Amino acid sequence: MNKFTRRAFLSTGIIAGTGLVIGVSIRPGNRAQGLQELMAGEDETLVHAYIKIGADNVVTAIIPHSEMGQGIQTSLAQMVADELDADWDLVRAEEAPALDEYANYAVGKGFLIPGAKFPDIIVPSVDGALMQIADVLNVQVTGGSGSIRFTGELGSRIAGAATRQLLVQAAAQEWQVPESEIETEKSHLIHRASSRKEPYAAFAVAASALTPSYTPQLKRQDQFKIMGQQVQRFDIPAKVDGTAKFALDVRLPGMLYATVTRSPVFGGSLIATKDEAARAISGVIDVYELPPMESNDMIGAFAAGESVAVLAEGYWPAIQGLKALDIEWDTRGNETVTSDKIFAQFDADISAAQNRETDSLFGDADDVFSTAANIISADYRVPFLAHTCMEPLNATAEVKDGRCEIWIGCQNPLGFRQAVANALGIDAENVTLHNQFMGGGFGRKARPDYAIQAALIAQRAGRPVQLIWSREEDVRQDFYRPAVQSRFRAALDNDGNPIAWENTYVDKHEPIEAPLIPYAIAAQNIGHVASPTHVPFGAWRSVDHSQHGFFTESFIDEIAVAAGKDPYEYRAGLLGNHPRHLAVLEKVAEQAQWSRPLAQGRGRGISVQESFGTVVAQVVEVTIVDGELSVDRVVAVIDAGFAISPDGITAQVESAIIYGLTAALHGEITIENGAVAQSNFHDYEAVRMDTAPKIETHIINSGHAIGGAGEPGTPGIAPALANAVFDATGIRVRNLPLNQFNLRFGVEDAGVVG
Amino acid sequence: MAVLIVNGTREEFDVDPSTPLLWVLREKLALTGTKFGCGIAQCGACTVHVDGNPIRSCNTPFSAVQGKEITTIEGLAPSSEELHPLQSAWIEHQVPQCGYCQSGQLMSAAALLASNPNPDDAAIDSAMRGNICRCGMYGRIRQAIKTSATYYEVASTSELTATAQEVSGE
Repeated sequence: MNKFTRRAFLSTGIIAGTGLVIGVSIRPGNRAQGLQELMAGEDETLVHAYIKIGADNVVTAIIPHSEMGQGIQTSLAQMVADELDADWDLVRAEEAPALDEYANYAVGKGFLIPGAKFPDIIVPSVDGALMQIADVLNVQVTGGSGSIRFTGELGSRIAGAATRQLLVQAAAQEWQVPESEIETEKSHLIHRASSRKEPYAAFAVAASALTPSYTPQLKRQDQFKIMGQQVQRFDIPAKVDGTAKFALDVRLPGMLYATVTRSPVFGGSLIATKDEAARAISGVIDVYELPPMESNDMIGAFAAGESVAVLAEGYWPAIQGLKALDIEWDTRGNETVTSDKIFAQFDADISAAQNRETDSLFGDADDVFSTAANIISADYRVPFLAHTCMEPLNATAEVKDGRCEIWIGCQNPLGFRQAVANALGIDAENVTLHNQFMGGGFGRKARPDYAIQAALIAQRAGRPVQLIWSREEDVRQDFYRPAVQSRFRAALDNDGNPIAWENTYVDKHEPIEAPLIPYAIAAQNIGHVASPTHVPFGAWRSVDHSQHGFFTESFIDEIAVAAGKDPYEYRAGLLGNHPRHLAVLEKVAEQAQWSRPLAQGRGRGISVQESFGTVVAQVVEVTIVDGELSVDRVVAVIDAGFAISPDGITAQVESAIIYGLTAALHGEITIENGAVAQSNFHDYEAVRMDTAPKIETHIINSGHAIGGAGEPGTPGIAPALANAVFDATGIRVRNLPLNQFNLRFGVEDAGVVG
Repeated sequence: MAVLIVNGTREEFDVDPSTPLLWVLREKLALTGTKFGCGIAQCGACTVHVDGNPIRSCNTPFSAVQGKEITTIEGLAPSSEELHPLQSAWIEHQVPQCGYCQSGQLMSAAALLASNPNPDDAAIDSAMRGNICRCGMYGRIRQAIKTSATYYEVASTSELTATAQEVSGE
């Protein structure tokens, strides 16, 4: 598979040398003028590429991110509006179109150069260079918990502050007063000495002719008026009355419907399709064989074999037709692969440790292990997982006169536009992509396979077509969270303190730091071996943190127990170099009343995990009666630096916990005969109302650089839960999901691998 | 010609009688608020009311509901000027994230409140466990149902007052 990852990108050296970055510096200037016609409606002025001001003084923040449930249109609008000194009651938001001008280069910057610090003087150059790179790579991605910390911090706030400056500049010229004497408040410009006060709208046109600064003065946290405030999300009213438009809700005149399938055995190719029975079904119009697909864009790289599509007058005849097809696939030897074989392969590859690459190496762990009296060893593993977004994959396309128009919900509109253009053999400029609300994304909707299929079907049909995947196809043709196995050893000194930590796991993906630990252990050797499978993989909410968070935060718990120490106090004692982690951990222990005794059959567990620049700690309380596990309560503390939208962060933490809990309790995609055995919610369950715990979320505004919010709540739930199960039963869960274990008997370990 | 009464309006169209109600609503009547989630009555996204009872429209053949009264999310609010109490509570608690499952959640919750105006946690669990929310907003849904139940109490008290006034001729 052509895998173009952040690491691969960095290794290409495009931006590896600062000389090169400076060398290609271009200050973009005011891009608004060229976009005015495209973006501004009647009586609206595009003052900045990210900001429109209407004659009615309504400010519209243009948001270069997709909405998949995270409320990003509201949060980024808060950031624009606060720096702009806008009247929040007159602020609206609009998703940016899939145009090169809206490549979210700030995400590219954060994504490509995490944590990079540049001297102020070259920041405009870096931004200019990255904007070019983002254009080239078609980055308009929503993922990596990056919208607020990158686009918001490096884009929306700057746009707001720069636009405010332009308005002040325009008013100063008109009023013939110094800029320094003009104040801004609630979307008005005020000059007190001459008692003048005008709405922003009065100067929008004049301001749009000026060039915005790249480095305007931004507000200090104590000057925020809208950031950090509780506001109502813009998108919610339409989501309670059925009017919110998802891609599946697009209706075009003369539209047909289609559904598709690919080889159930991954990597299979098409030999022949017998379609007589399908064509005989009333309402079925045609059956198409679609070519193999691939995309090598940075975010959504993938390859997949042929598809077979049924075109019909409605989804119902289309899916009946699909079931009536008799398709012969060449499964290329993969038909014998099973989950058991995959895990046996992982086990063997870890044991062989050939070409092991280290992620972190310090101290002499081998030496410590050779002499240590107390060594703890354990293997952990997690299965493949599907995303199961509530909205099955779908897209509506029309192809005619060398142009394609496509309506879709996706996490990378520019990347999808390019992928569709490539598949049709036309220029990206001839593809117009209308991004819709997504009914969940979680990483799945960064892969453009469903967009390409829709475009190819519409091209052949010669009419608008809505492609709808069945849930079965969605479960069986995902880009799965990889299954991983991790083998640990830890050495303890005579006081139970850890003195060496070793971890070897299979298959490194993203992000680099996922398997690292914050604990002060003097000798560490963390590394990985390759153990590829034929199962397609992709980003899944919190990516590698979801597997490694479970592993490392469970294993540290095992060590604490082996040392005879309290798991919370043991962690706290090892976090001297990480005061931020410690503060979050202490707060969660306090809020959860960690030392309060629990009744027989109850247990609690704890975890702390940093991901995407945010630290989250969780305490889970469970009750286990007659082997029946009930997750009663989750207390979470999140330090994302500063909560732009406090209820938004709270909702994201609740969501991330339930998503991770579903995976921990039920989530398991198994491979049988080379294909996925599960197919729908009856055998790929989700946490539901009656099994959802009470969640209490507490926010720490520590003042650290702003971190992500969408994903950091997910990694910590599985280990805190498994640790709670241990506390209640003495059963150490080292494999997920939990529902495969009999928790009735606390006599043997669950999930001993190999 | 097939006949349905949807949100109080009589609709006539041609359709294969085995077609599930979901696809009739979405494709024939362009009532897209009702969602497709699984096709096998496991997720609840397609929940509508048939003669006041919640059903999963994705596996209910159209022929089974012909002539009956169907209510979809588009018909939940009493009028275009007014929200259903649950919809107000959903906004108050900022329930939806992606929002895709919420039509089904609201229709299940509305059926619950119609039969049990003051549901306890067990009643909410039982009525709502058929509706999956992959964004995991169960806690907010539970709170919003309880808040809405208090609206009902207020509303029914004022209705009673109004009725009493009418009776007494005031």
